[in-house]
Amino acid sequence: MSLFEVRGLTHYFGGLKAVSDFYLTFDGGELMGLIGPNGAGKTTVFNLVCGVYHPTHGEVRIEGRNLGELYPHQVTALGIARTFQNIRLWPEMTVLDNIRVCHNYRLGYGFLDTIFLTSRYRTAEKEIGRRAREVVEIMGLRDHAEELAKNLPYGLQRKVEIARALILRPKLLLLDEPCAGMNLSEKEALIGLIRWIRKEFNLTIWLIEHEMRVVMNLCEKIQVLDFGETIAQGTPEEIQGNARVVEAYLGKEID
Amino acid sequence: MRRYRLTILVGLFFVLVVGLSWAGTLSSYFQLVLMFVGVNIMMSSSLNLVNGYMGEFSCGHAGFMAVGAYTASLVSVWCFTAGSVFGPNLLPPAWAAVLFPLILLFGSLVAAIAGLLVAIPSFRTRGDYLAIITLAVNYIVKSAIENIQPIGGARGFMGMGRVVNGMKEVADIPWMMIWTWLFVFLTVLLIKRFVSSTYGKGIIAIREDEIAAEIMGVNTRRAKMVAFMLSSGLAGLAGGLFAHILGYINPGSFGIMKSTEALVMVYLGGMGSLSGSVLSAILFTLLLEILRPLQLYKWVVVPFILILLMLFRTEGLLGHRELTDIFPSFKRIFGSKEEVHVAL
Repeated sequence: MSLFEVRGLTHYFGGLKAVSDFYLTFDGGELMGLIGPNGAGKTTVFNLVCGVYHPTHGEVRIEGRNLGELYPHQVTALGIARTFQNIRLWPEMTVLDNIRVCHNYRLGYGFLDTIFLTSRYRTAEKEIGRRAREVVEIMGLRDHAEELAKNLPYGLQRKVEIARALILRPKLLLLDEPCAGMNLSEKEALIGLIRWIRKEFNLTIWLIEHEMRVVMNLCEKIQVLDFGETIAQGTPEEIQGNARVVEAYLGKEID
Repeated sequence: MRRYRLTILVGLFFVLVVGLSWAGTLSSYFQLVLMFVGVNIMMSSSLNLVNGYMGEFSCGHAGFMAVGAYTASLVSVWCFTAGSVFGPNLLPPAWAAVLFPLILLFGSLVAAIAGLLVAIPSFRTRGDYLAIITLAVNYIVKSAIENIQPIGGARGFMGMGRVVNGMKEVADIPWMMIWTWLFVFLTVLLIKRFVSSTYGKGIIAIREDEIAAEIMGVNTRRAKMVAFMLSSGLAGLAGGLFAHILGYINPGSFGIMKSTEALVMVYLGGMGSLSGSVLSAILFTLLLEILRPLQLYKWVVVPFILILLMLFRTEGLLGHRELTDIFPSFKRIFGSKEEVHVAL
């Protein structure tokens, strides 16, 4: 049984076919890239996998379990975490709280426990706090733990997003353009970080990226989308030489 | 010692208020105002849960107050007094002294269930549209009560005074003052505990970015349901107390005007600030009483103050902060955030 499997994923927005016949399999441990020109349907694929949209046809399975009509928070609890293309932190909350709140996927207590401060609540909260601080530490955010998320510089906000995904203990981590809007040194640091968390947490990572240097440098395999269709798949070298990919990005050569 | 400071302070206040009322030092007018301060604290802090912490705009809070007020009043009058509506009393009037909190909680429970009228639509709509739904719910409740003739319809419902008198037969102490402030403390404590938990912070995450909250593991439907039901349940509790303090209720007093008062208190105190809500409920209630000599002009002066507030201090008195954030020295009394959390 593979870790994660997408079979024949197709999605329509009204009459527009946003994604068609998308296939993918992860056995675990991969670092896969998803690229394509603007509007190719990359983020839609992520949204379909996360349960934000439910596919018109096809299925997504994690560890053999069909995600079907599950709500996003249920998908998250099954082990798929993601970051967003345009950062979606909770701006008026502290960094630590941003990370803590994600633990709602597995609270370990109910509403009444919060009111009566039962021992179940205390132990669960202590554990959540410990794990949140652990993630803060790992991501090097200790000095910013009590700052409001909106006050952090852009690069650090990206880091908090990854931290937020990590506390969910995902099996599969989706990164939607993690390097968007970063300068060269920040990009380099982030590439290192992605490599490191992959090894440290034994993660399978699937990322969307526009920046070719990042994709070619980081990913072991790449899949290329254009107008919702998979036009190529392979190692970075194969993709670089692929005529259809060049065509999708740069247009056809005039004879 | 330090972590008990707040508990001691609160206990002292409670003893002082009840003691002075009992001794007759406080005039009955002043006692009434004090009890309304309590009811308003419950109204504003419970509304703050939805409007401040969750970021929805509920403007029908009085509807839930009405549900709680009527339910609690009907049950208590039915149980403890003989009258034309329900016939002879079911239980000896003196038992009211013990059973009254249960009746209040029952009223609160019914109000919480009425909260589902808003909670379920909130899964699909939000913002302005949900605000209109809350407004509609307020009107539904008010009109429904106006049209149920057996409980008085638009004329109102009374008899709660005799229930309170029944309690006085057990012991001649200011019962309603005790119940009011007891439930005020419980309400504030409950909200404080809820919003400090990881569970409750999910509600703040919904305010900040609902889609991100759902994707990052927060069960937004359940969280919204809990927040709306808790908020309306506490409003119902305030309603039950309000009914028994006055001894008389009519649907007219639970209209849009009452909801607006609650809204004003929330915005005056600051969104998402519990101490702000408490502070503003006290200030607002006292302000209305102080301006009473102005009679009708009161309703010109008070809204004008609001306009000034919105112009010069949009975020309200405390806005997203607590008293302890503004006056760090208060931490000596209240303890640091962490400590308060432990102490509470």
